[in-house]
Amino acid sequence: MLFFVLRRLAVMLATALCLTFIVFFMTNLPPNLEKLAKSEASARMSDAEVESWLEKNGFGQPVLQRYGEWLGVLPGWTVTEEGRTRGRCFARGQTDAPRFCGVLQGEWGYSSVFRTEVSEVIGRSLGATAWLMLWVMIVMVPTALLLGVLSGMREGSRTDRVLSTAAIASTATPEYVSGVVLIAAFGSATAGLSPILADWGWIEGRTLFLGTATSAMDQITFWNFALPVITIALYGIGYIARMTRASMTEVMTQQYIRTARLKGVGFRQVVMRHALRNALIAPFTVIMLQFPWLLNGVVIVETLFNYKGFGWTLVQAASNNDIELLLACSVVAVLVVLVTQLISDIGYVFLNPRIRLA
Amino acid sequence: MDELSWGQILARMAWQFWPVWIALAATFALSITFRRRLGLYGKLFDSPIGMVGFGIVMFWVFTALFADMIITFDPLAQLSGLKNKLPGTPVPGQEGAYYLLGGDSLARDVFSRMVMGARRVLAIAPAATTFAFMVGITLGLPAGYFGGKLDTAISFLANLVLAFPVILLFYLLVTPEIRVTGIPVILAAVLFIFPVIFFTVLWNSRYFTDPKRRNLYVGITLVLGLWAYSGLAFNADPLGVWSMDPNLLNVFVSVVFVNAPTVFRIVRGIVMDLKARDYVAAGQTRGEGPWYIMLWEILPNARGPLIVDFCLRIGYTTILLGTLGFFGLGVSPESPDWGSTIDDGRRLLAIYPHPAIVPALALMSLVLGLNLLADGLREESLRD
Repeated sequence: MLFFVLRRLAVMLATALCLTFIVFFMTNLPPNLEKLAKSEASARMSDAEVESWLEKNGFGQPVLQRYGEWLGVLPGWTVTEEGRTRGRCFARGQTDAPRFCGVLQGEWGYSSVFRTEVSEVIGRSLGATAWLMLWVMIVMVPTALLLGVLSGMREGSRTDRVLSTAAIASTATPEYVSGVVLIAAFGSATAGLSPILADWGWIEGRTLFLGTATSAMDQITFWNFALPVITIALYGIGYIARMTRASMTEVMTQQYIRTARLKGVGFRQVVMRHALRNALIAPFTVIMLQFPWLLNGVVIVETLFNYKGFGWTLVQAASNNDIELLLACSVVAVLVVLVTQLISDIGYVFLNPRIRLA
Repeated sequence: MDELSWGQILARMAWQFWPVWIALAATFALSITFRRRLGLYGKLFDSPIGMVGFGIVMFWVFTALFADMIITFDPLAQLSGLKNKLPGTPVPGQEGAYYLLGGDSLARDVFSRMVMGARRVLAIAPAATTFAFMVGITLGLPAGYFGGKLDTAISFLANLVLAFPVILLFYLLVTPEIRVTGIPVILAAVLFIFPVIFFTVLWNSRYFTDPKRRNLYVGITLVLGLWAYSGLAFNADPLGVWSMDPNLLNVFVSVVFVNAPTVFRIVRGIVMDLKARDYVAAGQTRGEGPWYIMLWEILPNARGPLIVDFCLRIGYTTILLGTLGFFGLGVSPESPDWGSTIDDGRRLLAIYPHPAIVPALALMSLVLGLNLLADGLREESLRD
């Protein structure tokens, strides 16, 4: 078991290194650097000026070397001009600096869009996203498991047919579609439910739910957070429910279930005490592997509802070519993917005693 | 002229879709009559869910085919005075002409854009999925069959791509700056060669004992394949038949790139399961080559799950294309494809929801149809 975890960790590390290098390489392609130079210095620079600006600011070195500097395994670049030394590791205005300053030293760099430390931006946005994720999980997991168990309990029944079709429909609705539909139905002052309710005088404001979640940054309320949470949860519910259903139907055909039924145990008892525990092993993996998908949904929903969390930050970083912020975002995203994969593998072994890892 | 009521709008839309209804009726009548002779496709008509799914998918396919006859206005034309107008607004100066589903923020007809968008989406999604399948199958077969170092290496690469958040990958691959560096062309050069390899190996492994036929088939494949390849990947087709807009190539390549690793994993899994079967052992004892066994014995037996996944994946690709459009990375800003239209419409969503809702519902129904179709196919293919 220990060896398995260690090997997985090694592969994880290799993957993370490869991925960050790819992101580093892609964000540091010549056209992107030119754009960066023009936005940092002046928009009307000639090609030669761009060249010299890049040279002066440490972008002239080979990509691999700069990647090493970013990682913190190679010493940061320094330039001495007119008796003053500047460099990667120099804080603004200071004259001496540590030799190494990279991710390994905890230096994530400076965000060119938000004009502040990357670690601060990432920390703040991850905090905001954590709340969103928490509520999504609280809504999504119990609902999905309940739907899955209910429809898998009696395969082919009317309940099963209706719930399965609903699950298919929910997986067929990407977040940007359900978000748009939900806003139009509940958060629009001119269409959907809100004008009717406002006419009847049942709601205070102009809309039932708020169409943006910007105010949720300060205080989360049901009215500003429900729509984004439901939008993300809907897409996941269908998938997890289908997996739970498949696992439940398989368990319900097992010998021990039949034995329990023949013994005269009531159907409710059989489901609750015999089937449920075994049926919930497979969905556990699915739920863990759902995290990377949630990340996708988070990006879309945060953009749509203007909620300044991790996904929103990623979009800002990517569309403005904020290299160091984008790198930090991708490190976080990649870690989320890899760690959830690891947890799902290990958790699966713990939950299912039939699997033994050599 | 008065505005139309919702009943009238629906009736007029139903009337506009007349070529689609005729084509649908013909397809269903023919298919149901001959369903016993049509294999898996015919069996689809035994399952109500599959039939509904097939109906929805074919509705959009015919809409894309007959789009020119269905649209009421030019999808790019901006008529003054119709900006953000509600569904059913009459067009001033033209008797009996209406913006059936209203106008968008640039005063274009939402209905016509939605219909034209179907053509956009259905031109890219199935083709991209096919390419992804070619890549996934060509790599997944040997990885699953031979195993060992080859498998480890390709699996590592596939997992690498899968560990990327899709949206980050799109932002890295589908920006205008990237096009200058030539990375999309390199990716296209790598990804587009796979169908040629696939068919060459396919014919060669079967007919290498009969050089005359082998040379004919492989020759045709190579000539046609490399001709298309030169045009699509490098835009260097000497006759100018095959070409791809650079922007479209960029989108197409990234979508294939994102989908191929998942297909690879599925194919690899199936092959690892099937290679322990008796008929594979029998083939090996007869002295058949590994590629013959993979392509002519394992692959046909893996068709069930692959067809089902193909349907699901077209839907997923449609969602991906929509995501691209939603982040403004789509084919072109003017293009009526559904993702971009949703992105345009969402800015005024709280006040004028209709320009975003219409393409959103269209996209949802197409993906739903594909998922239902896949579900029906799965049920029917498991039955035998």
